[in-house]
Amino acid sequence: MPKGIKDEVAIIGMGCTKFGELWNKTAEDLIVEAFMEALTDAGIDKKDINAAWFATEFDAENVGKSAVRLATTLKLPYIPVTRVENFCASGTEAVRAACYAVASGAADIALALGCEKLKDTGYGGLPDFGQLLGTDNRIILPNITAPGMFAQAATAYFAKYGLSAEEGKRALAHISSKSHHNGSLNPKAHLRNEVSEETIMKAPIIAWPLGLYDCCGVSDGAACAIVCRASEAKKYRKDPVYVKAAQISVTSGREFFHTSWDGSYVETTVRAGMAAYKEAGVTNPREEISMFEVHDCFSITELLTYEDLQISPRGKAVADIERGFYDLGGKIPCNPSGGLKSFGHPIAATGIRMIYEMYLQLQGRADKRQINDPKLGLTMNLGGFPAMNLISISIVGKDL
Amino acid sequence: MAGVTSFGAYIPWYRMNRKVIFDQMGWFNGATAGVARGEKAVANYDEDTISMAVAAAIDCLTGKSRAVADGLYLASLSLPFVQRQNAIIVSDALNSRSDIRTGDYTGSLKAGTTALLAALDAILSGSSKSLMVCASDCRVGKPGSAQEHTFGDGAAALLLGKEDVIAEFKGSYSVSYDFIDYRRLTEERFLHAWEDRWIREEGYGKIIFEAARGLLKKYNLSIGDFSKVIIPCPMAVWLRGVAKAIGAKDEQIQDNLQAVVGDTGTALSLMMLVAALEEAKPGDKILVLSYGSGSDALYFEVTSAIAKLGSRKGIRGHLSQRNDFKTYGKYLVFRDLIPLEVGIRGEQIPPTAMTVLWQQERSVSALVGVRCRACGTPQYPKHKVCVNPECEKTGQMEPYSFSDKAGRVVSFTGDNLAFSWDPPSVYGAIDFQGGGRLFMDFTDCTLDAVKVGMPVEVSFRRKYADRQRGHYGYYWKAVPKK
Repeated sequence: MPKGIKDEVAIIGMGCTKFGELWNKTAEDLIVEAFMEALTDAGIDKKDINAAWFATEFDAENVGKSAVRLATTLKLPYIPVTRVENFCASGTEAVRAACYAVASGAADIALALGCEKLKDTGYGGLPDFGQLLGTDNRIILPNITAPGMFAQAATAYFAKYGLSAEEGKRALAHISSKSHHNGSLNPKAHLRNEVSEETIMKAPIIAWPLGLYDCCGVSDGAACAIVCRASEAKKYRKDPVYVKAAQISVTSGREFFHTSWDGSYVETTVRAGMAAYKEAGVTNPREEISMFEVHDCFSITELLTYEDLQISPRGKAVADIERGFYDLGGKIPCNPSGGLKSFGHPIAATGIRMIYEMYLQLQGRADKRQINDPKLGLTMNLGGFPAMNLISISIVGKDL
Repeated sequence: MAGVTSFGAYIPWYRMNRKVIFDQMGWFNGATAGVARGEKAVANYDEDTISMAVAAAIDCLTGKSRAVADGLYLASLSLPFVQRQNAIIVSDALNSRSDIRTGDYTGSLKAGTTALLAALDAILSGSSKSLMVCASDCRVGKPGSAQEHTFGDGAAALLLGKEDVIAEFKGSYSVSYDFIDYRRLTEERFLHAWEDRWIREEGYGKIIFEAARGLLKKYNLSIGDFSKVIIPCPMAVWLRGVAKAIGAKDEQIQDNLQAVVGDTGTALSLMMLVAALEEAKPGDKILVLSYGSGSDALYFEVTSAIAKLGSRKGIRGHLSQRNDFKTYGKYLVFRDLIPLEVGIRGEQIPPTAMTVLWQQERSVSALVGVRCRACGTPQYPKHKVCVNPECEKTGQMEPYSFSDKAGRVVSFTGDNLAFSWDPPSVYGAIDFQGGGRLFMDFTDCTLDAVKVGMPVEVSFRRKYADRQRGHYGYYWKAVPKK
């Protein structure tokens, strides 16, 4: 296995807009807001940036293709700027590219920025998937949606572990209720209301067995990270956050096309998790990881992730959920920010927003939702759906 | 000896009590009370003439190779395409060879028997060894009309040849008249009719009689020689009048399916023939009559080979599987009779790339995937690199058919966000017997009937309609085994 970039790169500045239905803000507004927060946070000048990566997913948000919109919005001084796109994991892809640029020496300081204006597309929920998967898939695939494809992970998981719909939905309701609680403590979150498990259980079905509260918010927002070589980081701030691992795993197609996958787990999370633990030198994640932000686009995704990241044993996530292991006061808090569920999910901003929460927590700046003295944080960003996806995992820490 | 070598039929799962229609529209046309009895078969939103013809053809080919040998004729008065042959869509769905003869027969209610006669002539002449004739109709009666009640949807398929003949074709007699009872222009959706009493007395009453009498005289037969007489009159009173004129006794008259299916247009004579063959014994003589711009009379004699023909759903089997269609508004939507607020997800139909459909060859039309010669793993669609993680060899693929394989449900959902004409949109992953996985739509089922592990088969359906660009996309869906 390659040596990786552990402790080669540090995050020295981050920014994130409030997420939500930002009817009166343009993509340019959000890009500038996230960027200015990160720039101020890092205490650098725009001309110090040597390269930038821009993440967006659905084109309908009016920023179009290519990286030109980022460069022209920020008036970046003719530096290399590249657009990256990898479904809902696009944001983490931008960060990974910026980290590699710095680690390689190609750049001293690099920028990653993700932005999405979903509420300019006219859809409740994500825009249609038809074109995301290419022409030939449109003529053969069902008219799939994200909730429909993730709901199948729930039916498959419930069937495998013999959970009734009631038992399964109750475990999922605990996850969503927990995320709403965390979101209520976060001023930048899209949804800031507490929701009881009972309300969640009774909500209208979006895609059986997932109800309204099993689905994340559909939001506008932008997030931004500025990175430099770890050895230079203290020049910019006393509390930089160090990158311990940046891994991505893309499906080979086995899950979607071959009968050896039973639909009750996400293979790429397992693979990317193992690779990230190895890169970061983590041998016992249940003991070593202090907190994590995962891609809870749907409650079931969060449940599967507990097991796929080897924190809960296979088939035992429900037991850990019930005992509050992942709650804000639990052993390993999951989604202290409120997660996609409550913080919201402007696609290409999400991966960077996850790192933003880990960054604030490691620096002790998370206010009411501050976790006691965290050492290592993990982010897991999913693009696609359980049967066909890619997973981007980052591990960040406060110490070198 | 030439004749029928196999038969099959299709009747949609949905049946609507005609009172459902009368309750909504009887206020306008009280005279329809006379036809507001029994139930009619209603095609699902994803069914049409072509998909029903495919289903009947598959039923007909039970126990045989799916492909038709030398050709396929499709008869219908509700062909989806005026240009783009409809019969070839049926033939391709069966994954038939391309060096065959295909054709659409339309224009009159008797197009079903006209196609049958054309096929029999080709068999008798020796130019074809085996031909399939499908007759299928999904006609829409204008709201408020008697036809709205009487029309039903259904299809029949007959395989014709000289080997293993189960009903020998003994002869025919045809008459053709420009009797303008019903008419419809290319650009029109609904038909126009002249007065009922004239159609009954001068049309059905005299023209069918003339064909029947002509056949009896030509072959020196009497009506008493026939075990069954097929008179495709949708109205019971009309049928009794024709039967009386011909001299057929009650026990000879084949049921016209009105109480349970409805008037299936060009398919009616052939569906009644299939129903007759399901009950027939060797030596039985069957007189098949049709009607429309004249009449064809055909005479068959059942052979001892009928005992060897394996069981299939046919008319009887399909009649035993039914689901109540209770909502008139839903019927209007399924038949595209009222505009519906489909929302942004229903509005957006990206254009279909015809080049891609052509590149896909039979993957889309016949659900043909590939199987790896190196490891034997079936896979879909046409992968170049084997998807089996233990193999992953390149360039070892051979065609492999999924449409004739059973499967089981791996995962499923009922999606209320996805656009569907009949929400929730039920879809999921299917693993096929022998290998291979597909994510497919489910149809002809309700969400609460679907379970992980349950067996399914696949059915050819209309996947989407792009009316703006004049295109229907067809594909296969999973149906729980009934």
